[in-house]
Amino acid sequence: MNADPIAIRLVYLARLREAFGIASERVELSPGVASVGELRALLARRGGAWAAELAPGRAVRIAVNHELADDGAALRAGDEVALFPPVTGG
Amino acid sequence: MTVRVQTADFDLGAEVAALRAGDARVGAVAAFVGTVRDVNAMAEVVTMTLEHYPGMTEKALADIEAEARARWALFGVLVIHRVGELRPQDQIVLVAVTAAHRGEAFAACEFIIDYLKTRAPFWKKEATPDGARWVDARTSDDEAAQRWGPR
Repeated sequence: MNADPIAIRLVYLARLREAFGIASERVELSPGVASVGELRALLARRGGAWAAELAPGRAVRIAVNHELADDGAALRAGDEVALFPPVTGG
Repeated sequence: MTVRVQTADFDLGAEVAALRAGDARVGAVAAFVGTVRDVNAMAEVVTMTLEHYPGMTEKALADIEAEARARWALFGVLVIHRVGELRPQDQIVLVAVTAAHRGEAFAACEFIIDYLKTRAPFWKKEATPDGARWVDARTSDDEAAQRWGPR
């Protein structure tokens, strides 16, 4: 087990950025948080808008280093992880 | 592939002329232009603001082009997507494709816009007389992308 905390950059877009009141942040992951799904659960535990927007069943897309990722995707130090609603361009 | 994300408007004629310039293999050009409607979900739209995720947008569009090229024989591919504040009747997006024959050109153009609408990280926020609201994703867009099937 690697003892060093994993630091990643989080980016929030569109409705999620407005709901959270923040566009990006750097976080060190708690022990036991090593995947996209675990990160989402960690953020939801912040409560308030975080709990509401990231509740299970809410449609949230998560990209790791600019590529859409599923809940099982692993997180590594230095990753850029973006959370956003389903896209509506075109 | 040319992908441009810009606030400025575009000229369909000029873009198509540039896309096929000097390429005598081209026998077909298909282009799609998406524009802002003044009504969406029964509310009047005054302005529409588009944002995207720089970095991922370009990668997502390049991946969509690669998928299109794997399915059809294409020469030129151009995608222009505007961001910022737009008004009803404004142009939002251009997809243009050149190929030897119309079948590939029509299919690839439709495929690219279908995939763009479900995979490229753009979001629309509408200002209406009752306030601003983020546009919800449509299941009909998911269905349009899915009908192309797995690669």
